[in-house]
Amino acid sequence: MVRSLQGVQVLEAREAMRTDNPRTLAVVPAYNEAETAPEVVRSLHRDAPGVDVVVIDDGSTDATAAAARATGARVIRLPFNLGIGGAVQTGFVYARENGYDRMVQVDGDGQHVAAEIATLAAVMDEDPATDMVCGSRFLGDNGYLAPISRRTGIHIFAFLLSRIVDRPVTDPTSGFRLYNRRAISLFARDYPHDYPEVEAVLMVHHHQLQMREVPVRMLERGGGVSSISSGKSAYYMVKVLLAIFVGLLRRRPVVEPGDASPAPASHGI
Amino acid sequence: MELRIQLVSIVAAAGLFVVVFEMVRRRRLLERYALLWLFSALALLGLAIWSGLLERIASTIGIIYPPNALFLIAFGFVLVLLLHFSLAVSRLTDQTKMLAQRLALLEERQSRAGHDVARERADARDEDEAALEPSSRP
Repeated sequence: MVRSLQGVQVLEAREAMRTDNPRTLAVVPAYNEAETAPEVVRSLHRDAPGVDVVVIDDGSTDATAAAARATGARVIRLPFNLGIGGAVQTGFVYARENGYDRMVQVDGDGQHVAAEIATLAAVMDEDPATDMVCGSRFLGDNGYLAPISRRTGIHIFAFLLSRIVDRPVTDPTSGFRLYNRRAISLFARDYPHDYPEVEAVLMVHHHQLQMREVPVRMLERGGGVSSISSGKSAYYMVKVLLAIFVGLLRRRPVVEPGDASPAPASHGI
Repeated sequence: MELRIQLVSIVAAAGLFVVVFEMVRRRRLLERYALLWLFSALALLGLAIWSGLLERIASTIGIIYPPNALFLIAFGFVLVLLLHFSLAVSRLTDQTKMLAQRLALLEERQSRAGHDVARERADARDEDEAALEPSSRP
């Protein structure tokens, strides 16, 4: 008993030491993005020094994996296409198993700016209780203009989510996010299959983790096709709305049997 | 109930039961997925044979022609079966996703370990050659 208590204290001390210089993993999900993914890796090496990079090749049928490997990044090749949720979750599992303190998602299409990782990290440094920092395109003035149809959808989600989680959420579809250990272990266990970002905000709320948003620059897509084509956007809207309302009625968050929750779950909302 | 439609119903339900049973016997169909089928077939067979019960059910729910009640009940079973399979597919999707992730992570770890081994071998060879070098040249 005493030994285990000491063990916990040692672990906590190590934890405290580690947060002084957190190990950060950048996860780059890429699906048929041989053109842009290597560029993303190079920009990460250049503009985010000290951040390890792992590319998750989501069953690409082009040379994405080889091109990414040529830049010196670690590459995890999924045997077939799992969709963005499954690919990013692979990154969460990898981060957890390799003991990373933080994980940041940087899309393989070149939309996210590697230099802005420092902006996200600064928020987490400032307030260590923050579990997830989201880069937002709509906070502040950063000259980002999405197509009007997409913006409308995003604002509908933002409106609904802000009411549900009772704090402003401006960009719930942004994938440019920094996670700490608690968020990593939550999402390594349970992350939505497709279009995960909006649901992830809800899960963070259910598990009583802290989320913050910070304005970031984002670029136009460097190439490739968005995972959300216009034909799929209707499905996207309906699927995510369903997820939101089912999430509202879900008494307790989904955890594996026998697992402890990363934070005590609240009953209902 | 008219005899002809009763005979058709009995033959159809019995045929379904025999086919499903045979598939289980040949191990083409797992018992856990066969159970609902067998139960449905038995229930339909029972109602087709015992037409008095079917007629009572039909008049209770307001169906004039009793065989229609049989169709309605069969439709209900089909719905339950479909829902059951959707559940099974969802579970399999989850499990497949997890397997794909584990496989990819293991492959990455293995390739890294492979690289390490190759590098160690190369280092060892270099050292051996360096050690041999002076002795070979007196």
